[in-house]
Amino acid sequence: MNWFTSAVSSSVGKKIMMALTGLFLCSFLVVHLIGNLQLLNLDLGISFNTYAQFMSHNPVIQTISKGNFAIILAHALIALFLTRQNAKARPIGYQVKKGSANSTWSSRNMGLLGTILLVFIAVHLYHFWWAVHYGGSIPTREYLTDNGDIVAYTDLYQAVWFAFSNPFIVAFYVLSMIAMGYHLYHGFASAFQSLGLNHIKYNFFIKVLGFLFYFVIPALYAYIPLKIYFLTCCSSSSCSH
Amino acid sequence: MAGNMNITLKVWRQKNAHTKGKLVSYDAKDVSPDMSFLEMIDEVNEVLIKKGDEPIAFDHDCREGICGMCSMVIDGRPHGPKEGITTCQLHMRSFKDGDTITIEPWRAKGFPVVKDLVVDRSAFDRIIQAGGYISVNTGVTIDANAIAISKQDSDKAFDAATCIGCGACVAACKNASAMLFLSAKVSQLSLLPQGHPERMSRVENMLQQMEDEGFGNCSNTGACSVECPKEIGQEHIARLNREFIAAKASSENV
Ligand code: HEM
Ligand code: SF4
Ligand code: FES
Repeated sequence: MNWFTSAVSSSVGKKIMMALTGLFLCSFLVVHLIGNLQLLNLDLGISFNTYAQFMSHNPVIQTISKGNFAIILAHALIALFLTRQNAKARPIGYQVKKGSANSTWSSRNMGLLGTILLVFIAVHLYHFWWAVHYGGSIPTREYLTDNGDIVAYTDLYQAVWFAFSNPFIVAFYVLSMIAMGYHLYHGFASAFQSLGLNHIKYNFFIKVLGFLFYFVIPALYAYIPLKIYFLTCCSSSSCSH
Repeated sequence: MAGNMNITLKVWRQKNAHTKGKLVSYDAKDVSPDMSFLEMIDEVNEVLIKKGDEPIAFDHDCREGICGMCSMVIDGRPHGPKEGITTCQLHMRSFKDGDTITIEPWRAKGFPVVKDLVVDRSAFDRIIQAGGYISVNTGVTIDANAIAISKQDSDKAFDAATCIGCGACVAACKNASAMLFLSAKVSQLSLLPQGHPERMSRVENMLQQMEDEGFGNCSNTGACSVECPKEIGQEHIARLNREFIAAKASSENV
């Protein structure tokens, strides 16, 4: 096993762990986004709450969800370790710094961007995940199913709409998504480079897919709170503030 | 002469490895735009020597961009503001009259300062000794064309082989990582058939040595390739990663 531990703890090994955990989190972003977009359906929450009910009760999803937490933790811990080790490799810094001449801002600030994401994830979980699982503060809403049954689901839809009527929460979400965009602007392509995948045949696909991950996906995530905010607060009919 | 410039230098002065250094200002007067950067420092040193002061110590040798000795970070950039060249190939026409130029040594745990701008780069020698070679038995000389290699591979190996071991990649990297240097050496030998017998141990041992020397971990910022005087590209680092993954997965070194 010596070869295995030395492979994983080597500098390339740690980078590969960063890349694999990072790309796993990217795949999670897609699934989570598809669910979240149901929030924009003006259907009193039936599609979103059905989805949320499924996600929070299906045993397979619950297992994946635990794994997801572990992977976020692993990603953040390896990042912390790498960042500290890298800082030690230059004990005395330069008086004049000119990083902008040779690298992108994102690539030089992955630790900062990652820390913002960690804070975001903690607050986000407290807002919604904690409230659903342990808070007990979210009322249920009853729906009539196709076969005539009445089901009662936690009305997360209403809770989210309420949260996003608060401009500070909306601003926090939008800024966090900008940080995610910058994190992935470097991170997505970087993960492939770490895995050794840099080749004239695939580089184009990595670029296109990268744009999807650093721009389109964060933009759609940010669109949801903005849209809800403007629907709840700024439509003349329902302005409650 | 008309067109000559007056420049202020702020140079890192440090007596030896054990003392603390600091930036010291010097005036470089009447600098010709046609001078190389090192000639400009030579002139400043002439003045210092005449005054009885200690001249600025800096590494240099070939002064034509092939030895890799002339290490210095000029206004925050290894080898100065231009890309694809060494300091000895930089000319004073890249600066303006009245400029203040800050000159610092390479900064890395693996490159301790010896004096002023001179750093100890023997860590690179030890990385090479860990595997950056091929073993050839003595005996009759083998015909150079006996081993076939594709033009593509030989070109790529040659691109990698242009690395002069200057260390600008380390100096530029925010993590002081030596991955570009390492990848140039590993690429060159793994692309050539002659390098294949020792391929797996080479990458394992050389990476280990890089870590032992205290260089950081690559985070793919790409700064090294921009500052490399020989423009060694990021694809070599990707190749190094592939070589390492393949070696760890299949070498017999357990
Ligand atoms: C939990 C908070 C997070 C922290 C502290 C964090 C930190 C970091 C750091 C410091 C790096 C750069 C590693 C290096 O320099 O070698 C990195 C890379 C990366 N991160 Fe994150 N990150 C976080 C969350 C995320 C999330 C949510 C995603 C995806 C949705 C993600 C995707 C990536 C990817 C793809 C990489 C590139 C890996 C590579 O360069 O090989 N990260 N992260
Ligand atoms: S890779 Fe480039 S910058 Fe690094 S040592 Fe070789 S020539 Fe110098
Ligand atoms: S002195 Fe030889 S490369 Fe500059």
